[in-house]
Formats: sequence, structure tokens, C-alpha cells
Amino acid sequence: MTGKLFDNIKTSSDRFELRLSGSGGQGMIFASVVLGEAIGLAEGKNVVQSQSYGPEARGGASKADVVVSSQEIFYPKAMKLDLLLAMTQEAMDKYYADLKEDGILIVDTSLVTSVPTDKYYGLEFTRLARHEIGQIMVANVIALGAIAALTGIVSLESITNAVLSRAPRGTEDKNKKAVEVGYNEAMKLKK
Amino acid sequence: MAEKQKRLLQGNGACVQGALYAGMRFFAGYPITPSTEVAEGSARELPRIGGRFIQMEDELASMAAVIGASVAGMKSMTATSGPGYSLMQENIGYAYITETPCVVVNVQRGGPSTGLPTKVSQSDTMQARYGPHGDYTAIAVAPSTVADTFSETVRAFNLSERFRTPVTVLLDEVIAHSREIITIPEKGEIELIERVKATVPPEKFVPFEMTPNKVSPMAAYGEGYRFHVTGLTHDPMGFSTNEAKEIGPKLNKLRDKIMNYTAEIEKLRIEMMDEAEIAFVSYGSVSRASLQAASLARSAGIKVGCVQFCTVWPFPDDTLKEVLSGCRKVIVGELNMGQIVHEIRRILPDDVEVHSVLRYDGEIITPMQLLEKLEEVL
Repeated sequence: MTGKLFDNIKTSSDRFELRLSGSGGQGMIFASVVLGEAIGLAEGKNVVQSQSYGPEARGGASKADVVVSSQEIFYPKAMKLDLLLAMTQEAMDKYYADLKEDGILIVDTSLVTSVPTDKYYGLEFTRLARHEIGQIMVANVIALGAIAALTGIVSLESITNAVLSRAPRGTEDKNKKAVEVGYNEAMKLKK
Repeated sequence: MAEKQKRLLQGNGACVQGALYAGMRFFAGYPITPSTEVAEGSARELPRIGGRFIQMEDELASMAAVIGASVAGMKSMTATSGPGYSLMQENIGYAYITETPCVVVNVQRGGPSTGLPTKVSQSDTMQARYGPHGDYTAIAVAPSTVADTFSETVRAFNLSERFRTPVTVLLDEVIAHSREIITIPEKGEIELIERVKATVPPEKFVPFEMTPNKVSPMAAYGEGYRFHVTGLTHDPMGFSTNEAKEIGPKLNKLRDKIMNYTAEIEKLRIEMMDEAEIAFVSYGSVSRASLQAASLARSAGIKVGCVQFCTVWPFPDDTLKEVLSGCRKVIVGELNMGQIVHEIRRILPDDVEVHSVLRYDGEIITPMQLLEKLEEVL
């Protein structure tokens, strides 16, 4: 890709590509749908959400992508990630190469021990879920709060409402708290 | 109000919503990846509005049930993928010759045979035209976004009712499984077309009457009209015939009722074609890579445009010739070993270069691949 054509391309799009990755069962697909609804419905932007299907979705590294733009989204798949959330070591290793050089890397440091760069945000999503909320299954929701805080791509209010609109009855308080924990912990890192 | 109608849906979900909007009241199918969500959605929604969902024993029976429901007066649909689409072909042919309106959604996946259940493909492009044996004219539409999937499904129902013929919705796995925001239109925002119903007294009814536009008014079973439906080539009364003087007109009817009205069916999306010397031509999810590549190439000062088939069949010979008349080179992207490219080669003058970007490894063509080809042919 060294030709003249490629040298002269100017991109003016505000396209932003996020990948939520982990292992099957960590709720990456659920989180990506909630994020897509928050950005697309509440913030009024165009979004395309897609996820891995087939054998790779069952165990092993699983991923779900959200592409965001205020313009029409032509190519629906991620090309070069602006943000990667890695919830497991395997996902970290598999998808790090897809992240832009100046892209945002968010890592669950309770499960990921080796990060190939020192430019990343590390939060113990799984440990926070266990100790702050009492359920490790909300680690994905805590991560959504962190994404809102670290990117500003969606407001705390929009992401909270989107989570609550999909939360099973009776789990609203835990989910609301999970978003807040993620948001507040990430804000501390930002300082 | 409009806010309430905005939803994040998969292509498959938008297909169900479009079908319901168009008036689908019957779905028969045999769930198969990557079309399963169309059956799931139909199973959930149809009973709520007095419609019927049946999971049949296989795809042969599914297609038969869809035809039966339509002959009984209901707007009917099925959804399938590769192997199921092959199994349906015999009865789709039956729908062509019996002139039964219905919609067949084929969410394309890799083949042949069981192939690649979860991987994208466009390798059924020619099957959508020539699937069943015999002579007939096919209509197929192809969405490229989730919003498109809604409106193209509505259009598929409209075309099937208008022309009394099966219409294929050629979806692909990428669009079927991507979620995008769509705004579901209010009732009445999109015009719905209903089949022309028989109005003559039952004793005067000619079920395959040769009308000026070659589409015969249709009666539903149970309305008091007696008529015969057969896959044998039939006369205007619906009874089988071996008479040359009746066989020719019947087959001409299947062709002419569609080919004399292609202006009602053709639909192209034309983007960035001002002064374009080169065009990317494609349909379905590949069109989105084409649009991305063309907009990037335009930013580098190269005069490239995009032409997308929203209607794939009948092939828009004359319109496409005109749209591409200023182009010296055409780059056709498709997720197969080269199918639609031959149609494009057929209609363009010999001095126009036609290049292919083909992909059949289960992955979607990327904008980079198209740009690399563009640079190669510049």
C-alpha cells in the first residue's frame, strides 16, 4: 500500500470504531448492542453493530464491533480500531494488532496480565464486579461505564438508560450501580 | 412519535418488520443459519396479529405451504439460505408457472452444499435468476443496509403482488446479522400494492386470462371461485395443454408481464458518478465497500463513482449502459467466482475494460481490496 493513490487519500470522516472483546459468556455481544442503542437512539448517530458468529463465538476469543459516525456508514465492518476493550488475555493477544497506533486500549487487568504497550487504561472490571456489585456477570456493564467516561462518545445518562432498558426486571439497581462504578473508576484514571 | 419507531435491528429483524408492514400474514419455513432470525421473528410476531407461522418438515414443504397460503389469499413469505434455497427450487418453479405471488428470502452463505453456514457469500446470484428449470423471468431485489432490508422487503411483496410472481430477496450474511438504526415508517408512508382480485361472476372466471398487461386477476380459494392450479403448462382456464398455440402464449405471458414493465422494477443507486471515468459496480454488502472505496478515491482526486443494483433481476441492461456510458473502466466486486460480471461484460461496448474483484473465502470484500484493484488498473 505504497502507491500514489494511497498517499493522496484524505479522510474527513468522524468514523469511530470500537471492539469489545473477551470470551464467550462475558456478555460482549450484549454490551455492544446496548452501546449501539445508546449511541444510535439517544445520541442520534449512525451505528453498525456486528459480532462474531460460528465456532469462534462459542468459547475462545469472542468479539463484537460498533462503528459510529455522524455521516452515512458505508463499510459496515471495522477497518482499524479506535478503541479496543480486552476482557481476556486471549482477546488482547488476538485483536491488539487491529488497534490504531493512537487508539484507546482498555484492559481488564484482573484477567489480562500481559499488555504489549504501556499506553492503556487498566481497570479490574471482573474484580470490581465481584466486590462492588457482588456479581461477576456485570463486568461488561462496568466496562460500558468506563467506555463512556474515557471516550465521551456516549453520555453517562444515555448509557445508563440503554443498560436499564435491557436489564431484566429486578436487576436495575445493580446494573445502574455497575455503570456508575465503571464511569467513576475510569474518570480517576483520566486525571 | 417518530422517536418511538426508531430501533436498533439486525437485517433479519428488519426483514420481518418489512414483511409485516407489507401485509405478510403467513410464514412457512425451516430455520437455517444465517436466516434463522427471520423465522424466529415471524414466529413471534405473526400470531399476535392473527397471522400464521408454521415450521415445516423441510424446505420443499415450506415452499409448498407458502404457495398454498398465497393461493388462499394471504401474503406469504419464507426465508432460507443456500442448501434450503436449493431444496425450494422445484416449488419456486411451480410458483412461476402457477403465477402465485410470494416472497422468498435467501440470506446467502457460502456453498456449494452445506458449505459455510456462518460466512457471507453472493454465490446464489445466478441461482436467483435461473434456479428452477424451464423458461421464466425472475425478479430479485438486494438490500445493502438494515434500513434497505425493510424497504426492499416491502418492495418485494409489492412486486410479487403486482406481477403475480415469486420475488427473491437476495440478502447476505453481513447485512442479515449487522445491527443498524432504522426508523419504521408509519402506516401509509410506503404505498402497498395488492393483487388484482377477480370481480367477474364465478361462472365467467378465467383464472389465467390474457389481459392487456398479461397479469390475470386472481381469486382466492374459498371465495366461491372454482379453478384448477397445476404445474403442467396450462391454458387460460388453468387446465394442462399440449397445444403449441397455447404453450407459446403462456410462456410469453410469464416473460412479458415482467419484461414489458421493467421501469416499475428497476432500481439502481448511483453515487459519485459525476464525471466518473471509472465505476465500482456491485450489489448487497459489497456496495458498502464500493462506496467507501469510491469516497476515499475521490478524496485523492480520482474520478470514481459507484453503481449499485437494488434490483438484481431483471438485469437493467439499457439503464446500466446509459449510467456507465462515460466510463472507460468498470470494477465489479462480488462474493463469488464471477457471476454478475458476465452480465455487465455482455452489455458494455468492447472498448470498456471490465475488471473483477472476487472473494469467496467467507470474508467480505474490503475497501482496501477495491482500492488496490483501482490502483492496478489506473
